[in-house]
This record gives sequence, structure tokens and C-alpha cells, in this order.
Amino acid sequence: MATPARYRLSAGALIAVTILLAIPIAALVIVPIYAKKSPELWGFPFFYWYQLLWVLLCGFFTWGAHLIIQRDRRTIRRDRAEVNR
Amino acid sequence: MSGHPVELAAGTKVDGTALGVLIFFFLLVSVGGFWAARWRRADSPHSLDEWGLGGRSFGTVITWFLLGGDLYTAYTFIAVPAAMFATGAVSGYFAVAYTILVYPIIFIFMPRMWSVAHSKGYITAADFIRGRFDSKILALAVAITGILATMPYIALQLVGIQAIIDTIGIGGRGNAFVRDLPLLIAFAVLAAYTYSSGLRAPALIAFVKDSLIYLVIAVAIIYVGVHTGFHHLFNAAQTKMTTKNPKTHAATGVFVPAKNNYWAYATLAFGSALALFMYPHSMTAVLSGRSRNVIRRNAAILPTYSLMLGLLALLGYAANAEKTSVVGTDGKTNPQLAVPHFFRDQFPHWFAGVAYAAIAIGALVPAAIMSIAAANLFTRNIYREFFVPNATPKHEATVSKIASLVVKFGALIFVLSLDKQNAINLQLLGGVWILQTFVSVVGGLYTRWLHRWALLVGWAVGMVYGTVAAYHQKTQTVHHFGSSLATFPFTHTKMYIAFSALILNIVVTVVLTLVLRAVRAPSGRDHTTDEDYYSESDLVAESLPGTEGGMPAPGAATSRT
Repeated sequence: MATPARYRLSAGALIAVTILLAIPIAALVIVPIYAKKSPELWGFPFFYWYQLLWVLLCGFFTWGAHLIIQRDRRTIRRDRAEVNR
Repeated sequence: MSGHPVELAAGTKVDGTALGVLIFFFLLVSVGGFWAARWRRADSPHSLDEWGLGGRSFGTVITWFLLGGDLYTAYTFIAVPAAMFATGAVSGYFAVAYTILVYPIIFIFMPRMWSVAHSKGYITAADFIRGRFDSKILALAVAITGILATMPYIALQLVGIQAIIDTIGIGGRGNAFVRDLPLLIAFAVLAAYTYSSGLRAPALIAFVKDSLIYLVIAVAIIYVGVHTGFHHLFNAAQTKMTTKNPKTHAATGVFVPAKNNYWAYATLAFGSALALFMYPHSMTAVLSGRSRNVIRRNAAILPTYSLMLGLLALLGYAANAEKTSVVGTDGKTNPQLAVPHFFRDQFPHWFAGVAYAAIAIGALVPAAIMSIAAANLFTRNIYREFFVPNATPKHEATVSKIASLVVKFGALIFVLSLDKQNAINLQLLGGVWILQTFVSVVGGLYTRWLHRWALLVGWAVGMVYGTVAAYHQKTQTVHHFGSSLATFPFTHTKMYIAFSALILNIVVTVVLTLVLRAVRAPSGRDHTTDEDYYSESDLVAESLPGTEGGMPAPGAATSRT
């Protein structure tokens, strides 16, 4: 389905959002990255603290993607408002 | 209220203090549940939009509580630590990876679902399928899958409450009616306020539930850090998981996944993440949001619950390190008692009561939303579609209310009359089944290329393969449904059955679509337009005032700049 032109994200925003969302997915789906015991942190084996850390990081990445989309939409809206004026 | 154990006639000790605290919180949420009917009340409360979706009016904060209360269920609180306690990381801790992965995924497609549902007035995923693919049968398949997957899930919420009741000391031996009475009362009250208040009831109760669970986990994890020590906790877990069973010579569990179960861990996490928002109760909570931005913001802030879930999972290891007994009042070993017994043994009676209340109320919120979601599916995609096509909104709401009662009592009878292993087996199957609707629902959000008949056959193949594969999984203790993992066809790699079934489903759907398109099979009329998938998009200024606690309406936020 073709995205109607006025809803299309700018190329830069699209790439940035894709990267921001792909990183946490890759970080958790590729299990060999973190299926190990060391380095430990406060007694937590790496496997356990790495995933807990990603809970927070994933929130930041997703929030970042949200902000980028918001900003892109605002820019488009401002441009359209100027055209209308 | 006495802090001393009270002797009952049956000979079991009842923790009076904990029971008192539990009853206090239960009464509190019951009052809230009934009062919710007046909360944010609409002018015309008698429609499915109002009863079943809370008027589609919830902002970021309410949606955060509602979705958190909905997705992180009592069964999760009991089962994830139980799995950690019994067999370690692959069966338990994957839930952390799973509940992280889910958010970037829903960030991508859920706003589209929200928009098209908002634009077209869809209440269920099956409504969308009906409109998009113009197929009553495919919509029926999606609706029935949703109902089938939800029923055992509701039943498991009751199993969660049962674990609490058992820990307090009511239950076990003795008269069956007296034993089940607390569960009956709790469910009757829940059914009554869900009937009268609809989705507003769990939305309001979720505030209590989530606050309690955060409090309990914070206290418990600090206690574990100071008293047990994380070194000891993980060492004890490693010792247990790597100890070999003298009979089978297999390790007890998995402490850190090794090469042979990377795929198992990854597919469990990824497959479960794809499946979660196909469940009707997740869809209902998302569609009750006020705007696309509510969904996107929540994708970023909901992971806080996953942090809580991760720490809760570690309580399974804590129970192991503290050598918590998991023998129930019936004298049988049951790992599901790990967390309740941990609180019973390590904390004062009153605080254990707060923990029990958090878990028990944690069962009520999802049970209410699940029954509403299943009732909506029945009303819209079975009752209205096939029996009363011209049902008015008021008529729909009435049918849905009654259906929600039937669904809940069905789950209750299920739990009371059948072995609870059946509920657990069916919930495993529920996860396998619900993921088979992913191709139609998410595929449909992006393309109409997939043919409706191909989607139906792909769904059927996934359902049959998944069910058969799950049926053949044996363990030491059970002959069937022993595991959610099976070897992927023609390989020796163990994977999550739902994920393997999804792959087959996709392959069949794509191949058949090519064939059906080649022979120009009729593909029906698309009732949606491209614009629908962006409706109330960020470009459209929203006129809704920022009425909700501190969070301005999305429109207000964007228009400031």
C-alpha cells in the first residue's frame, strides 16, 4: 500500500527511526551476544543484568523514535502552513 | 485482627493478618470497580464503544496503567518466578527479553491499527479483518482463535488467586465448597462490576494493582539484596540448575543458555513478543487509547513494567536461595507456590498480605479485560455477523455484557472442575494459536496483496501444526503438552512451537496467494482506504482538551511549538 504523500516521513527520519527500533530488537534476538556469565555486576551474571539494562535502554530508544516522528510531523505541518499562507 | 495463626476445623493454619489485609484491598477495589461506572461517564453509555472500550478516551497515563495491569497478569507473577525456581533461564527469564522486544514491535504497527479502528469504528481485530479482506469466514477464524486463546488465560488468573488462597491457609483438605468459596465470591464480585462498569472498572482498579505491585517488588528486591545477597542468589541458582538428575542424567535447568538453546531462547522471546498484541485483551486496551501518540508514548514507557517483571522473576531464584518450601496445603510439591511462600516465610504477616493482595488484584484486572475482549469478539464477529446483523449499539452492549458473564463463569467452572494442568496446557496452546492470526492482522495493516483464502488456509495449517507439535511434547511428569519447544521441521534445532507454526503459516499463505492471484480468484472489496491508516494522525490538529492528570492532549503538545 502506498503511503499517502502527506503522511510520508522524510527519508532521514525514516532511517533514524528504523535504526532506533532495530537496535534493541537485534540486541535481544541475537542471544550469543549475552549468553555468558561474565562480566558480573553487583553479583549479577552478565546474562541477567544485560537484559535488565536493555529494559531501560529500549525505553529510551523507543522514546527517541517517537520524538523523531513528532518533529518530522511538526516540520511538515509548518511547511504546509507556510504554503497555505 | 489477630496476628496469630487461627486453627480451622480442617486442621490447617490460617494467616489471619494476611487474610485481613487481602480482604481490605479486595473491598477497596470492589468499591472502585462499581464506582468506575460513573468515572469519565459519557452522555450515551449504552454502546460497545463505551462499555467495551471506555469511550476510546484514555490518555497516556490511564493507558499506561491499563496496559500494564492487563499484560502483566497474576499468572505471570506466579508462573515466571515458578519457572525460574524450577528450571531457570530458558523457561523463565526469556520473559524479560520478550517483554522488551514487544515494544519496538508494537511501536511500528499498533498506531496503524489504532487509526483504522478509530476511523472505521472497529472494536476487535476481527472487525478489521472483515473490513479489509471482505471475508466473514476469515474474520470468524480470527474471532474464534481470540476467544479460544483467551478462555484458558482467564482460567489461569484464577489459578493465580488459588495459589494465594492456598498460601494463606484456606483450602487444601476439607469440604470442596468451602475451599472454593473465596474464589467464587471474588469472581462473582468481579463479574458484577465488570458487567456494570465495563472497561472503566479494570482501568480504575489497575491504579491500585500496579501501585501495590511496584511497592512490593521494590521492598522485596531491596530485602533480597541486603539479606540474601545477589552473589548467593545466583550461586545457589547455578548450583541447582547445573545439578544432574540422578535418573535421567540431564541437568535440572538452564542457568545461562548455551549453544544448543540459543534458538529456543530467541524464538520464545521473539515469538511471544509478536503474539502478545494479537491477544484480544491487548487489542482492547490499545483501542481504548485516545490517539496514536498515546500508543507510541506507551511503547516507550511500558518497559518499566518489564523491569518489575525481571526483578520479580529473580524472586524465583531468591526462593531457591532461601530454600523456600513449595509444598502446598494438599501436601503436593508445586513450584507455583515459590513466590507466595517466599513472602510468607521472609516477611511479616501484614506485608505478606500486601504482596498477596497485589497478586490477587493482579488477577482481577486482566480477567476483567479478557472477558470484555472475548465478549466483544463474540458480539461483533459472531452474534451480529451471523445472527442479528441489524443490532443497535445498545443491543450490542447488552449482548456483550451477558457474554462477559458467560466467559468468566466458563473459566471458573473450567478451573474448579478440571485439573489445573489442563488450563496450563491450553494456555500454552493459546499462545501458539493466537500467533497464527498475526499474518492476517499485521499483514493486513500493510498490504492487501495476501489473498483472503490463502490467509485462511495458512492460519489452519499453523493451528494444526502447532497443536499437534505441542501435543507430542513429553516430560518426566506429563505425557502431552510438556513443553512449548519442539524441533523445527526437518532440523534438530529446538524452537518455540508458535514461531515454527508461524513460519509454516507464512510460507503457505504466500505460496497460495501466488496461485490464487494467478487464477484471479476474487479477492473481495477493501472497505478501508489508505487514509484510514493515518486517521487522526499527527498532522491532524486534535481538539480534545488535555483533561487527564498532567498529560496534555497530543494535539496540545504539538501545537505549542
